[in-house]
Amino acid sequence: MNFEIPKEVNTGKIIEVSIGATPEQGGTRSHTVTIGGSTALPFHFFEGEHPHRPLIAMEVFDKISNKYPSSLLDYYGDVIQKPGEMAQKCVDEYGAELISVRLEGTHPEKGNKSADEAAEIVKQVLESVSVPLIITGHSHYDKNNEVMKKVCEVTAGENCLISYVEKDNYKTIAAACIAYSHTLVTQTPIDVNLAKQLNILLTEMSFPPEKIVMDPLTGALGYGIEYTYSIMERIRNDALAGDKMMAFPMLVNPGYESFRVKETRAPEQDYPDWGNVELRGAYWEIATAMSLLVAGADLLIMYHPQAVATVKKKVEEMFDGRGGD
Amino acid sequence: MALSGLDIFKLLPKTNCGDCGVPTCMAFAMKLAQKKAELSECPHASEEAKATLGAASEPPIRLVKIGKDHPLEVGSETVMFRHEKTFFHQTGIAIQLRTSEGESTLEQKIREIEEYKVERVGEQLEPDLFLITHDSPEKDIFLKTIELVIENSTKGIILDCAEYETLKAGASLLKDSHASILLKKTVTDEWIDLAKNYNCSLILTSESYEDLATQVEKTKQAGVQNILLNITSKNTGLQIQQNTILRRSALKKAFKPFGYPLFNQINTESEFDMFATAAALLCKYESIVALHEYNRALLYALLTLRQNIYTDPQKPIQVDPKVYPIGEPTPESPVFVTTNFSLTYFIVSGEIENSGISAHLVVCDTEGQSVLTAWAAGKFVGETIAKFIKTINLEQQVTTRKIIIPGFVSQISGDLEESLPGWEVIVGSQEASDIPSLVKSLSLT
Ligand code: B12
Ligand code: SF4
Repeated sequence: MNFEIPKEVNTGKIIEVSIGATPEQGGTRSHTVTIGGSTALPFHFFEGEHPHRPLIAMEVFDKISNKYPSSLLDYYGDVIQKPGEMAQKCVDEYGAELISVRLEGTHPEKGNKSADEAAEIVKQVLESVSVPLIITGHSHYDKNNEVMKKVCEVTAGENCLISYVEKDNYKTIAAACIAYSHTLVTQTPIDVNLAKQLNILLTEMSFPPEKIVMDPLTGALGYGIEYTYSIMERIRNDALAGDKMMAFPMLVNPGYESFRVKETRAPEQDYPDWGNVELRGAYWEIATAMSLLVAGADLLIMYHPQAVATVKKKVEEMFDGRGGD
Repeated sequence: MALSGLDIFKLLPKTNCGDCGVPTCMAFAMKLAQKKAELSECPHASEEAKATLGAASEPPIRLVKIGKDHPLEVGSETVMFRHEKTFFHQTGIAIQLRTSEGESTLEQKIREIEEYKVERVGEQLEPDLFLITHDSPEKDIFLKTIELVIENSTKGIILDCAEYETLKAGASLLKDSHASILLKKTVTDEWIDLAKNYNCSLILTSESYEDLATQVEKTKQAGVQNILLNITSKNTGLQIQQNTILRRSALKKAFKPFGYPLFNQINTESEFDMFATAAALLCKYESIVALHEYNRALLYALLTLRQNIYTDPQKPIQVDPKVYPIGEPTPESPVFVTTNFSLTYFIVSGEIENSGISAHLVVCDTEGQSVLTAWAAGKFVGETIAKFIKTINLEQQVTTRKIIIPGFVSQISGDLEESLPGWEVIVGSQEASDIPSLVKSLSLT
């Protein structure tokens, strides 16, 4: 029987964004990574190109959150207190393709570490691993600005991915990214229009589009994932239909969000129907990551080594040997 | 595809005989177009009219039911993306039983899976089907397994057995149970007859679109309408692609042979890999996924993802705004306040219960939004909460004047105190899981 594959041709293309810089480019990374470039919906190889496969980053911390689950502590032991060594372990043993340094300890209510201390930690991690870095801040605007300015300065030329700016707090950090050659994450709370608006604001200050990654804000499995999922599908559809202010690669946080929720921490004896807590944590993160991956995620920051291994292998399989750098 | 009144009129006898109960064929055509009448009410309609109108009223993807008492319904979807409207029928989760596992293992497994039910946000979640795969050299165990499922469970059954006679014996045990037959080789007349005789649906398998379409046409013409499509592929990326192509063909191209729900049996070595595949396919159009392994943690995560993806994006799941008693509150029992987003309500009420006290839980109308979302939207602030408390006459029902608000909205406590004269506003913990220790520290017990 005759059958013709119904193809949809898109006019839009996701901008290709590179992270990291080699010595020739003014940094110290052994290689750079690139995300974006898609001309079709995720995994639609039959009607477009996907020159780069989604990447998996892992995260290290300047301060361990009291919500950090013991099932994860078992993997890292003391190393969790040493961001440099932890980064190394993530790259060498668990296959992290980038490292995110989360600077939550600089938040005035969560440790109030100084900008200088944060800069030291970032330098330590830079020296310990050769993969590109993501620097993740928080939403205390004044303090975050101060910290990020400093961090951008001491990592000048490294083309880190600075995460994140919001609508009411983008100018200082965006300016620092331009001055010291970094790439920037724009975060908006699960809303297509706000996402577009923030990208417009940035480009209006002549921020180069090939240096923008967008974060649609991750809700974990059971905690709003369906909202994130649909917003990402809408953003990607708009981008492929030609909206240039939506055509940026997307970053999501399955690790941070999953390991904040009760389901990844509560012991099995209290919730027998929920099953083994260690496995449950991994599954929770995998489900969050896999659904956002099919919705259009290009860069995923993950926590559980088993979840990282599973999702990374799956992405490679789904690309069937194609792309990936 | 919907036909207009005029399109329908052209197919009618145009004699205006009135036998249908309305005076003219045109009037009858208009009623048909508005779905206020059925073609059978016109005794003179031609075969052509019946065929055309019948096809036009069929949904683009057929609804198929598997099981007897509480059948799983799959198919009948109308959109490619959930944000366009909603996905109507959630992915069925089937668990594989292999006859080579032996009777005692199988019996235990069936009981375990039948018992597995978990509550989340007020809904009961559970796997839906058993896939019985016959891979043992003994014939009898296939029939025995079917009997075990019938005895111990009300879930629907999919039969997977390559030997015709054995399958037939199995299907005969399930005559009116709306079982499904998973056929892994090209369909032939005898299998179609078997499905027809025992009232089963057929899952047709192929790795090629053309071949699959040919098999569907053959099956349909031979009189079996309840079909599922099992297009196989060598990896999850291609599976998503193929599922998309099938769904798009049915919805956008009205390509009838692919207007059926999709089935996929996941065959991977590791449990983690199987889970990751299931999670992706559940989002991307699979109507049934069959798993070869399970454990509670895995099922809970997968069922939660299914609940999330298959909610209606237009309406967050919400509870009625009102005062809910927790335990057996007296007028002196403390008052807690939260929003009417179901997830928030169930978490908070559960934790107050865990703390062992009795209390009044005031659930404000935030149109189904969570605490911070509602606060950011101005729906959960001092003024609106106070107003709600006045409307429900809380001050007449309780004598306590202590009210505990969520820690995430500590900033509203001043406003709330001002709008609720006489009340002491206590800022609670940020996380509901800390409510038991909050209760202790406030000596509320
Ligand atoms: C999903 C989501 C949405 C969904 C809505 C979901 C819903 N039905 O409410 C959508 C996409 C619609 C949405 C919209 C918006 N959102 Co929103 N959203 C989220 C997200 C990802 C999860 C929210 C959630 O479901 N939480 C789970 C529930 C259970 O949490 P909860 O209600 O707070 O309850 C917990 C506690 O508060 C506590 N608790 C609850 N009640 C009580 C009572 C007592 C007594 C105690 C002690 C404790 C307690 O227990 C619960 C569990 O611990 C969060 C970010 C995040 N990751 O948390 C942002 C977030 C809440 N959203 C935010 C914003 C800004 C918005 C918008 C204003 C943005 C916009 N688009 O304009 C809109 C507002 C809506 C509008 N304009 O109508 C911000 C709020 C900022 C702030 N800090 O104030 C957040 C925090 C994201 C961010 N970081 O920017 N959002
Ligand atoms: S019964 Fe049929 S032919 Fe007669 S008026 Fe009605 S539609 Fe026309």
